[in-house]
Amino acid sequence: MLGDDELHVQIRSDADVVLARQEGRRFASRLEFSSSDLTVISAAISEIARSILEYARTGDMHIKLAEKNGRVGIVVVARDEGPGIRDVELAMQDGYSTSGGLGLGLPGARRLMDEFELRSEVGRGTTVTMRKWAR
Amino acid sequence: MLVPILRQGPYLIASIQSALTDADLLRLRDDLVEQVGRYRSRGVIVDVTVLDVMDSFAVRTISSLAQMIKLRGAETLLVGIQPEVAFTMVQLGLALTGVATALDLEEGLSYLDERDKGGERVGGR
Amino acid sequence: MPQRIAVQANVQPTADLLSELVAHLGQNRTQLREEWARRITESVLLTAMTKDEIFAEATSVYDNYVEVLETGSVEALQAYARNLSERIIPRGVETHEVVGIVLLLRDVLARSLFKKYQADFGLLNRVLDAYEPAANRIANTVAVGFVQERERIIRQQQEAIRELSTPVLQVRERLLILPIIGIVDSQRARQLTEQLLRGIRSNRAKVVVMDITGVPSVDSTVANHLVQTVEASRLLGATVIVTGLSPEIAQTLVTIGVDLTKMNTVGDLQGGIEEAERLLGYDVTSTGRLAAAHGDRE
Repeated sequence: MLGDDELHVQIRSDADVVLARQEGRRFASRLEFSSSDLTVISAAISEIARSILEYARTGDMHIKLAEKNGRVGIVVVARDEGPGIRDVELAMQDGYSTSGGLGLGLPGARRLMDEFELRSEVGRGTTVTMRKWAR
Repeated sequence: MLVPILRQGPYLIASIQSALTDADLLRLRDDLVEQVGRYRSRGVIVDVTVLDVMDSFAVRTISSLAQMIKLRGAETLLVGIQPEVAFTMVQLGLALTGVATALDLEEGLSYLDERDKGGERVGGR
Repeated sequence: MPQRIAVQANVQPTADLLSELVAHLGQNRTQLREEWARRITESVLLTAMTKDEIFAEATSVYDNYVEVLETGSVEALQAYARNLSERIIPRGVETHEVVGIVLLLRDVLARSLFKKYQADFGLLNRVLDAYEPAANRIANTVAVGFVQERERIIRQQQEAIRELSTPVLQVRERLLILPIIGIVDSQRARQLTEQLLRGIRSNRAKVVVMDITGVPSVDSTVANHLVQTVEASRLLGATVIVTGLSPEIAQTLVTIGVDLTKMNTVGDLQGGIEEAERLLGYDVTSTGRLAAAHGDRE
């Protein structure tokens, strides 16, 4: 599951949410992230993995090293083939949730990471791509 | 992963030993809510020292745990939150309002002792 | 046949022209250096340096310059530019001065070439064609070296200032004081919060007095950061008392509608410390009471 420069975790149960954030943290710890940053990355992965579980039941998470303008970091790509999100803007608002939760998952993860991008197609699925740069 | 729940005088102490799944957390909540009545406990301490992250589900579950325990006549105290975890929680917008906190188990126990003596308290509110 | 001559001229290797150029610069080393140093003084550049210093540096740059033309390698020049920057930046030499002197040298040399080859316009053109790209590369190397060194120093200073600007002080057991001075942006707020949280844990602090008398302005972003700092501290079991909110800041906050009800505020630092001691003082009396209880039992 843990390759050298890429990590793949299948999300099918709540145990996979724990696995994804633990492995993701371990993967990120090879870069120069502070311990706060590692916790932040771990929390963001957890939120996104759980939203896959809640809305699509299953999905995949890929974590890779990223590079841009001489900076290094990690990129997390989470993909599912669930129902998709009808109103992306609404889903990104604090407190909005269709599953009765706190509705902090997506906007929370966006606040924690440096870059966050969400693409969704109704009936086809959702892809979240997020990045965090090491200092 | 089962969370051991210890009885110390009028208090229950749940000390989390490793990362918990959502199901583990819900079970901890149910166990505590049940035992607080069975042992007529006055306070519950949840020790999260080993957790290296608390996401929205964990915080939501602990908030509801605290509310349920309050309805059963006891107070919940969360102890051992790591600095990085606290920092991440507030960034996520999860300030855990309504749940008392203390630095660690020792502080938590002295807080509950103070409270039971009817004193004014310091910190963590 | 003119066609053929032109072709021949075009294929005359740049290397040959460059070595001719190097020979010319070598022969006229003294005169060109003096001319350059004179032009630097005339243009009021490198004013932080003495005449002798300027001449000494001009000599080094000149020799390095010739070496680049000769070998085509900028490594030695790069190292020299870094070294020079390191020495002159603390003396207040500005970027425009460094760029200015390199452009002056380029001009001095081009003029001397013009003078030497003005009789043969074709040859002059070819010499300049060989000279220009090399000269540009040299100017670029020196300027970039200077700017990079400057940025490195600025980054270093920023780090140092940040560390210095947020001291977490323990004034008595379980009481920390965090005087915040200067502008608070997102990055600083984050660093300040991390430092405070570590301080709370390592000192087992129960009360923190956060004094913002020295913060010139508080907008909604700063206010939200401060609220987050207070919330995060509470998660570690510590109460934060905020002091030093000036009348202007209080007005701003109320006007923009920042919710500060979660914040425990006291007028000034002294009042904040008194309040903190009152909160902590209860611990002291309760310990006393505990001791008394033990005494009763005995």
